[in-house]
Amino acid sequence: MTPQIDWIALTVFLLFFLLVTILGFLAARWKVADLNLLHEWGLGGNRFGTIITWFLLGGDFYTAYTMIAVPALVYAVGAAGFFALPYTIIVYPFVFAIMPRVWQKCRANGYLTAADLVRGEHRQIWLATAVAFTGLLATMPYIALQLVGMRVAIQALGFTGDLPLAIAFVILALYTYSSGLRAPAMIAFVKDVMIYAVVLAAVVIVPVKLGGYGYIFQAADQAFTAKGGATGLLLHPAQMLPFASLALGSALAAFMYPHTLTGVLSSRSFETIRRNAILLPAYTVLLGLIALLGFMAIAAGIRTKDTSTVVPLLILKIFPNWFVGFSFAAITIGALVPAAIMSIGAANLFTRNIWGTFINDQLSARAEARIAKLTSLAVKLGALAFIVFLPTEYAIDLQLMGGIWILQTLPAVISAVCPIPFRISGRGLLAGWVTGMVLGTWLTFGTGLKPLVVLPVLQQTYTIYIGLVALVANLAITWVGSLLAPERGVAG
Amino acid sequence: MQAKNSNNAWGLLLLIPFVALLWVPFYNRAEPAVAGFPFFYWYQFLWIPLTSLLIYIVHRRTK
Repeated sequence: MTPQIDWIALTVFLLFFLLVTILGFLAARWKVADLNLLHEWGLGGNRFGTIITWFLLGGDFYTAYTMIAVPALVYAVGAAGFFALPYTIIVYPFVFAIMPRVWQKCRANGYLTAADLVRGEHRQIWLATAVAFTGLLATMPYIALQLVGMRVAIQALGFTGDLPLAIAFVILALYTYSSGLRAPAMIAFVKDVMIYAVVLAAVVIVPVKLGGYGYIFQAADQAFTAKGGATGLLLHPAQMLPFASLALGSALAAFMYPHTLTGVLSSRSFETIRRNAILLPAYTVLLGLIALLGFMAIAAGIRTKDTSTVVPLLILKIFPNWFVGFSFAAITIGALVPAAIMSIGAANLFTRNIWGTFINDQLSARAEARIAKLTSLAVKLGALAFIVFLPTEYAIDLQLMGGIWILQTLPAVISAVCPIPFRISGRGLLAGWVTGMVLGTWLTFGTGLKPLVVLPVLQQTYTIYIGLVALVANLAITWVGSLLAPERGVAG
Repeated sequence: MQAKNSNNAWGLLLLIPFVALLWVPFYNRAEPAVAGFPFFYWYQFLWIPLTSLLIYIVHRRTK
């Protein structure tokens, strides 16, 4: 990347960054309430309607890292990188069927986290702790990856070193501390409009400049043919099961994350979530277009080994400098929203289900909010240190494992809200969780930190997403364990 | 609150996108292409509004 600072681009970038910073602090006054209470700070007082929830969940689920990583993968391998599309489509029937029930149970009983829900419904304190632990473990690297997204954009502006990144993140940490979930909810609106503008400009301008989509796909096809291996405009037969299993596993895991659940629980009603399951796929159109940027980069003649720079390089190549600044601001702000919500989700979990369970279970509402605010600060500084001092690879590998881990909390969460056709016990679920976690981690290490494992079945081999394999083992052990230890555990 | 009971069969519509998108051999092909988009790509894009529509129908029927 050329470390050449373009002052026009930089000015536009700084203007938008300043705008969202002001919004972030102003958000404390929005829908006025006592931000010293955890459900006000950490869930926006559960009063977000359909539109705010749409922006919040959209801004939260489709992250800046997605905007860098999905086109990077499509650029490198082609069709296989497109699993993000079926993933973010089939997630919505799932959201529609399950998440309103989760909202209802949580609202009726004052639960603020998935672990609260599991503790209240299964009366198994260790299972709840397992869910909280998994949520924290899966979220931390995810926050770190948002920083990777930001860093790519900031460096593409011509900066070197991590100081600008640190400044941006400290500002974020401060307004999240003061405004809580209201800050990302307000900024999400700006972020989403900006990202839509960038992507729509790209999908209109690039084909006009290059000679239409037919040409773009053709150029990509030629590049993949020349490259060979497991790449191409279509999937190789051996890639179909990995594609489908990654899509399914990711979709089942998506709303088990603390940040997406925070988005769901902050909404005003059962109806808000149902409507959002219908409306949120609009973001999937955006994601699909973002994925196409990978092909456009190929067609535009961008050649790089560091695939995370594919999108910034494309932006630098096709847009005038003021719009370059706007685009990089969009990516950076796009990282702030999920990073804020993730740190809030993690803070809620830590406060309610680790501190509140093991250190002091007599916390006042004010003490809860204070601990959560400090935790959100600590989580973000931790993520920053992680990115500045450790190789980026670690964050990517851990985030991959995070997806496999968080999927293992699915049985405990679903069985807390849906009728299950057989008897299920907290201890059985805990045994299943342990099995899924151990197996998933072991398989991931065994494949050299890849998400796919090759299973030999009846002289055939099947390549499948490790998260799903671990989930099946998890379910089997949950079932057997529930038969062996049917009675409920000690009240939690 | 709402949902559940009575019209449970409508909920089965929610399974259609899973079948349509997870049965990959069905759409892993280039032809017919539309506006330069190979079938593999426009088929997946098409399922975005279709999924919204199916959820909308179930939403209306299970109020």
